[in-house]
This record gives sequence, C-alpha cells and structure tokens, in this order.
Amino acid sequence: MKTGVSIFTTAFVALGASWLSLVYAPFQQLGGAKQTIVLQSTDIYPLQRTGEATLGAQVYRANGCAACHSQQVRQRDVATEITLTDLGVHKPVDFADFVKSLSELPELALYKNSLNANLKDWNGGLPKTLWRGTDKDIAAEMADRLKSVGVKSETRIVATGVDIARGWGSRQSVAADYLYDTPVQLGSLRAGPDLANIGVRAPDVNWQLQHLYAPRSLVKNSTMPAFRYLFTVQKIGAQPAPEALVLPKEFEPADGFEVVPTAEAKELAAYLVSLKSNVPLYEAPFTPIIPTK
Amino acid sequence: MNPTENKTFCASEIDASCRVPLLALFGGAALWLVAGLALGTAAVMTFHKPDMFADCPFLTFGRAQAAANDLLLYGFAMPAALGVMLWIFSRLSQSPLALPIVPVAAAHLWHLGVLIGTVAILTGESTGQTWLEYPRVAAVLLFAAFLLIAITAVATFGLRKARELFPSHWFLFAALLWFPWIYSTANLLLPFNHLPRGVVQPIIGWWFANNLIFVWLTLVGVGVAFYFLPKISGRPLTGYGYALFGFLTLVFFGSWVGIPQSAPVPAWLPTVSSVAAALAILPVLALALVVKKSACGAGVSCKGGPFCFIKFGMLGFVVSSVLYVSEFCPRYARVLDFTWFNFGVTQWQLLGFATMIFCGAIYEILPRVMEKDLPFPKLAKVSFFLLASGVLLYVLPLIIGGVEQGMKLHHANVPFAEASAVALKFLRISTTGQLLILLGALCLLLNIFVMTIHWKIGLLKQLIAAVTAPLESTEVKL
Repeated sequence: MKTGVSIFTTAFVALGASWLSLVYAPFQQLGGAKQTIVLQSTDIYPLQRTGEATLGAQVYRANGCAACHSQQVRQRDVATEITLTDLGVHKPVDFADFVKSLSELPELALYKNSLNANLKDWNGGLPKTLWRGTDKDIAAEMADRLKSVGVKSETRIVATGVDIARGWGSRQSVAADYLYDTPVQLGSLRAGPDLANIGVRAPDVNWQLQHLYAPRSLVKNSTMPAFRYLFTVQKIGAQPAPEALVLPKEFEPADGFEVVPTAEAKELAAYLVSLKSNVPLYEAPFTPIIPTK
Repeated sequence: MNPTENKTFCASEIDASCRVPLLALFGGAALWLVAGLALGTAAVMTFHKPDMFADCPFLTFGRAQAAANDLLLYGFAMPAALGVMLWIFSRLSQSPLALPIVPVAAAHLWHLGVLIGTVAILTGESTGQTWLEYPRVAAVLLFAAFLLIAITAVATFGLRKARELFPSHWFLFAALLWFPWIYSTANLLLPFNHLPRGVVQPIIGWWFANNLIFVWLTLVGVGVAFYFLPKISGRPLTGYGYALFGFLTLVFFGSWVGIPQSAPVPAWLPTVSSVAAALAILPVLALALVVKKSACGAGVSCKGGPFCFIKFGMLGFVVSSVLYVSEFCPRYARVLDFTWFNFGVTQWQLLGFATMIFCGAIYEILPRVMEKDLPFPKLAKVSFFLLASGVLLYVLPLIIGGVEQGMKLHHANVPFAEASAVALKFLRISTTGQLLILLGALCLLLNIFVMTIHWKIGLLKQLIAAVTAPLESTEVKL
C-alpha cells in the first residue's frame, strides 16, 4: 500500500471478484429463468398476474408493505409420511404386533420406539399419521407390510419446518415463485405474518378489503395499521353503493355514511388474493392434498 | 507541474480552504439527521398506536421507515463522511483543497437529490428496492455529486507533499471507488431497467446493501477513526500490520457477505456468504485490536468530546459487526431472520457506528475550519451522552427483543400474535432511545446552524464595511 494506484488496484480486484460472483454469476444462472412445469401435471408455473393484481403489486410497493411482511416460506426438510386410511379387519390394538414385526428388520427396528410412542394414545380415529421420516425406502417397506396385512395407507411427500407448521405454505419458496415479480418484494421483517400464500389462506376479496380498512375488526390484537386512506367515506346516496364494506357495529362510519374502497384498495386486495405459491415443483416437491368432496 | 508545489501551507490556510464546502455538506447533513430521526420515530408510533396514521399515507410505516433509513444513510452519513474525508485528505496532503468550488456545487446537488428522494418515498414513488428507494432523478443526482466530490478528493490526494500513505488513506481512497461502482451497478440493474428477472433482483439488492452498509461504512468510519484517534491522543497509530491485514480482509471477504441464509436462491449463494461472513470476523478483530492499542491508555480525558464519540463509535463498529456477521451463521439465521434483530443491527451500524464517528469528527473539524469555537460547547458534550445512551437504549431492546421474538416464532405452537407481542414490549423501550438520539442530533444541528449564521453575519458585516468604507482617493495618472 505505497501508492494510490496500489490501493485502487486492490480495491478494484476485491470488489470485482465479489461483483463477478454475486452479481454476474447469479445473473447468468438465473437471469434467463423460464416458466416450469408443475410436478406430475402439465400445468405451467408461474403464470403472470393479470389486470388488477398487477396494479396491486405496485400499491404494495408504494406503501412499503414489505417493511413488515415477508413473502417467503422456509422449510427444514422434505419427509415421507405414511397415513393410515382404512384398517380393514384390524383394530388399533393389533398395531402393537405390527410394530413388533418391524423389529425383525434392523433398519426398521430403529423406529420402533417412535412408532410405539405415536400409537400409544391412539383411539382408532382415521386418518392417522403413522410415521414420518426422510428415508423413502423405509417408507416403501412399511407401506408394503401394511398392504400385506390388508391395511390401507397413503404415502405422501411433505415439507416440514416451522413456517409450514404455521400454515404459511405447503412447501418452501423457490426462485421460480418470483419470476414475474418486479420489484421482487421478499421483505426482511415479520412484524406481520408471511404473505407468500395469503391468497390461499384468505381468498375472499371482501375479507381483504375489510382487513385493510379495519384490521382489528377481523384479527383481534392485530398490530397492523389501518389503511383508511385507501378508502372513501361517503354519504349514502339514493341506494347504498354495491361495493360498500359491511362492517361490524363499532367500526362503522357515522350514520348515513358508507365506506367505499378506492381503486387502489381494490387492486391491492386483488394482488393479495393472487399471492399463491402452493403447487409442487421439481425443486420443492410435496404431495398436494386433494380435497374430498 | 503544480504552481503551489514548493509552497508550504500552515494549518489555518488548509482549514480555510475547506470552510465553504464543509459547511455546505455538514449543515445539510445535520438537518437530514434530525429529519430522519424524527421520521423514524413517527414511523414506529404505528406500533404503539396502530391507527395513528390511518388517514395519512405519508407517514404509514412502510413509507416513513424507508425514508427515515435513507435519510440516516444518504442524508447524514454519506455527506458527513465525504466532508470529513475532504478535510482529512487536504490535511494529510498538507495542501489546501483542490478545486474548492466543486464540492460546494456537489453538496447542493447531493442535498437536492436527498430531498427529491425523500419526497418521492413519502408520496409512494419509491422503487421498492431496499436502500435503492430513491427514484431515477435522485439517484442520478447523488451519483453525480459523489463523483464530483471524489474528483476533488483525488485531486487533493495528488497534491500531497509526503508520498507516504497512512492507513486512513487506504480506507478512504478505497471508499471512493467502492460507492460509484456498487451504486451504479445496483441502480442500472434494478430500478432503472429492471433487467434481471425474479430472484436475481434481491440477490443484487443484498450484494449492494452489504457492500454499502457493512463494507463502505466500515471503510469510511474506520478511515476517519484511524486519522482522529492518533491525532487527538498525540500518539502514532500502533499496529500498522494489523491495520493492513484488516483492510485487505475487509475488502476481500467483507464484500462477499450479504445473502441471507434462508434466501430462495440456489444454495451456493447463501453458502458462499456464510463462509465469507465467518472470514469477515478477521478484519473486525484486527481493526478492533488497532483501536484498542491506539485509544486505550492514551490518557485523553474527553468528557463527551470528539475522542469519546470516536471511541464509542469504534466500540459500536466492533459489536455491531460481530452481530451482523452472526446473521449469516445458518444456525442462528433460522431463528434471527425476519425478526427485529436484523433491523436493530442495521440501526446500530448506522447510528451507533457511522453517526457517532462522523458527529465526533464534525465537532473536531468545525472549530478549526471556522477558526472559531463552537457556539455551544457544553451542548456538544451533552449531545455525546444523549447520543450514546440513546443508541444503546434504541438498539439493545431491538436486538434482545428480536432474539426473543425469533425463539417464539421458531416454535410453531406459539401463536404468531404472541411472538409479535413480545417484540412490541421491547419496541416501547427502544422508542425512548430514539427520542434521546433525536435530542442529541438537535444539539449538533444547533451548533452548526448558529455557527453558520455567525459566519454569514460576519461576511455581511465585511461586505457592508467594504461598501461603506471611504474610497481611497486615487489620482488618475495620465
């Protein structure tokens, strides 16, 4: 470090190396990313947002919603889960024998204790999660054994982790989820809950609108500020406006007035409802639960 | 060859050459500091009374907090750093500032850029990228102003009499290259063109934020401290080798940190950052050692003077950097990500490190360049205690609260509202800290403004005296 040139060169090389690896390389690797196919289907993912939802993303940006909300689900692991669906001729008590039969195989014997603990207080209610682990072969073996004694079971792939246990998503967020977001608003603080799947949890636009106008009318103890400036309080005309919010008593405006969402509020609600990253992908697999009719 | 080459300048001549540019940079900076702190305090009021700004879009948390953070960084820390840097360069070069008019113009461009940017964020025109919220016009103004000041700094650097370079030189000179590169890359790729798709955007954003908050602030903050610590204590900087080691490891390892461990990106990116973060402990320790050797036992009784500011700032640097680096340890990240912890660490870096160092430097420099004592020297000392206690009261609850919030969030059976409520309890304490910092910043602003007004009145008096003075009778010689 004897001359200005040597400082300049050192700094240039150091920053250049970091630029190449953390700017240029990701750009090369991910910059040309395209849509992918949803696992075990022909659907394309992600689809571009349309109409109001696109505009809503800009309302989300303008009001800095990402300051308090993340849009990213984290996961710990991917596990295989065996759920009993039909016991056939067997009774819950018989499973003690089943567990005993497992101890013949050394690799299955490892799970004997956890299986026993799981089945201890089981009253026979179905479906019952029998086993969850990361080893696929063990799961297959176990499923085979159940089948051979006439017990029906389902083997599912599930993502595990705290965010998933909180119901914030069924799998981790991956790069593909953000393909069409500009700007991508991942957020860095969870002063409020994660919104990566808010469209799955609260798909009702009216719920979203009411929640924006008066959060505490729907979520007790919510710390979210009310966004009343996204709504207009107006005198009720000859007929109440069709889009006026239906609010609980204590949140209603003065008599003869109604609360009408502005265009911005409607766009924001449409955007929130569009936030869904709940399809299985190659890099984030899980077996979706098909709702029983 | 420069005509002034063989002339030697006395300190007061050098200081006088910096007067106008430094006043322009520091005056605006102090104003932005107060504005940023006030806005930040207003922003968190939302957490105490959620419906407070329900009808006021400008002060909603998302907007006000972003504007406040940018004001602390772009409004205060950067112009203050640049002003201090210009003065250090001309002092180390033993030469008056080269092109003194350029930084004056640059200071005005800079402050204009910050004003436009702040108004844009508050009115909802933010770009939505962290630390790059300012729209195009403001970003271009900041970039141009930085380049102008960098040109002045490099020109002054070139005028130096002694060819030898000091550790301060390395850090400050590298900072001059660092910012234009990262700021242009990030702005051109993100808000200007939105060139990259999807998660490449946050990757570049994280790279930028790390290089700005961690590397750039460390470069300027440590560079300034390495000038003032030996100067005030009257002893040379000890540990030249450690300083060099710290500099090299900082630029080579520090610049690779920044990608959060849970980021939804290819796994090699967080892994690289995690390794770099582990290595980035090295410069922090090395630089801490230099500070310890140079500052401790120096026998300076500062009682709230500039030396205190710089010592406290360097302590803040060490602690906040260690905490910052720990965010990239996968084990801790699982708990700490998305909590107030990271927020608190960033505030510590901005306020407890950068702001403290630059406030100290401003208090040290101002009386010299104005050739006049501070108008309220007692207030200057009070402001140290206000700022120091305020910073601790502000960031420690955020950090402790963040850890507690993270532990609660980490257990799926603890309801989300309960985790938030824990953090809220700590936020109440931290807001008190913010108010103390605000008071401290007001003391700084008052000192600078009264000083500027005195100086302007002095100029005016000179002007009036010059105008009203009886004309010397001059004979026209034919």
